[in-house]
Amino acid sequence: MNWGSASEFFAMGGYGFYVWGSFGVTAAALLIETLLVRKRLGDTRRLLRRELAADRESQD
Amino acid sequence: MSQPLINWFKFASPASFYPLAGKMWPWFAALATAFAAAGLWISFFVAPTDFQQGEGYRIIFIHVPASWMSMFIYCVMAFWSAIGIGFNTRLSGMMSSALAPTGALFAFLSLWTGALWGKPMWGAWWVWDARLTSELILLFLYLGYIALTAAIDDPRRADKAGAIVSLVGVINVPIIYFSVKWWNTLHQGASVSMTKAPTMAATMLWGMLLMALAFWMYSIAVALYRVRAIILERERHATWVAELLEMQR
Amino acid sequence: MNAFVAILRRDLLLAMRRKSEMLTALFFFMIVVSLFPLGIGPETALLRRIAPGVLWVAALLAAMLSLNRLFAADHQDGTLEQMALSPTPLALLVSGKVLAHWLTAGLPLVLLAPVLGLQFDLSSRALGILMLSLLLGTPLLSLIGAIGAALTLGVRGGGVLLSLLVLPLYIPALIFGAGAVEADMAGLGAGGHLSLLGALLALGLFFAPWATTAALRIALE
Repeated sequence: MNWGSASEFFAMGGYGFYVWGSFGVTAAALLIETLLVRKRLGDTRRLLRRELAADRESQD
Repeated sequence: MSQPLINWFKFASPASFYPLAGKMWPWFAALATAFAAAGLWISFFVAPTDFQQGEGYRIIFIHVPASWMSMFIYCVMAFWSAIGIGFNTRLSGMMSSALAPTGALFAFLSLWTGALWGKPMWGAWWVWDARLTSELILLFLYLGYIALTAAIDDPRRADKAGAIVSLVGVINVPIIYFSVKWWNTLHQGASVSMTKAPTMAATMLWGMLLMALAFWMYSIAVALYRVRAIILERERHATWVAELLEMQR
Repeated sequence: MNAFVAILRRDLLLAMRRKSEMLTALFFFMIVVSLFPLGIGPETALLRRIAPGVLWVAALLAAMLSLNRLFAADHQDGTLEQMALSPTPLALLVSGKVLAHWLTAGLPLVLLAPVLGLQFDLSSRALGILMLSLLLGTPLLSLIGAIGAALTLGVRGGGVLLSLLVLPLYIPALIFGAGAVEADMAGLGAGGHLSLLGALLALGLFFAPWATTAALRIALE
């Protein structure tokens, strides 16, 4: 174990900004990509459903 | 021996790959989470403080795997492109375009973490180090691929044009890397190399490998998820899409 | 081989009818190169140091200007389709067009470069190496550029897209081309750089027409 306390852990021996800047941005970027991909599939599904419903109505 | 081949081509049809990808991605996402947890544990709690670079060196645990992934994903894209040109399968082009944004993201992350490492270590956000420069050019190659495929309206043509770009790119990547390295030695003599400076301890290697595995599984999961969206967008008028949406109602 | 010569002659003739386009690219080259001393200052030692890089980057940009016209006119009037259907291999015809492009867009840059190099106080030896490196490098620019031109044929925003695709691929030519002059000025000898540039050119001659042909066939589908 490298760290005596939580504040020591977050300080990263004075390199906190750089270390957390790297890990934080990476985590955020991967999270945002995941959310965007989810949104893309969800939007496409919703759009296609709406088109399908419109088609059915025009046929009736 | 001909049996497996038929199976492969069965899954190469978007209609059967869509549900398969839907079943597969959660597994890869779970693996990614597990590897990331183990990798992060090693990077923060097991790996000791570096006597030269202090705690700042811990950036290496995402910087190096992100660079690996950005190069690896480009090769995978080129692989799918070659398959697409060779066998004329629709799915391979979709796979390529599903991978490109993730690859570009990793190239960007590699540059970002490289800058955050360079500042405390070398005193500059950016140095024209051979690796960083090649990574920047790789990002340009990704952006070129994405821009070209986005500009072509017909998806089939976009896939094929993208396939040629990625194949031309993958031939050029080693040439670019070599030329940049050559240029670097001509201009800077002995510059600080990113991986040579700290001696590679076994724990560090393990941490990097685990993080690389986590990124790898993440890329597969995201690419599978994205390829589903692409399949739906492209096959919107196919009957199987209508049936599928009916069923899920 | 006859078809190759015929295409070459035809493209050269067409280029001669539109001399202004050729001259525009040359003027562009001259202006870009002349802007650098204005932006940086007239200090001779500094100018001498940046000259190879400046001249090479300007040459890359100037060679790119005329690229999107490489196939565009033939695509519009249907000539390209006829070429693709003709019994002669398309790669051969493409090579003829690329050679014509180099003769009208690349070679003038090679000939003009030493004059512009004088603005930067380069020695006659350095000017010779610069010309040699451009002579080896500019055909490579035309070859790689042809791939980009074929890929962006008829695509909206083709011009900017072309530069985005092609410029990263130009980097090795830039490095070895400008590096040859710099290495010679530093007394290291330009032989290594020039032979690597030659190797790249050989590689380009082998692969680029093939990739261009494949890209053209996609555009024609």
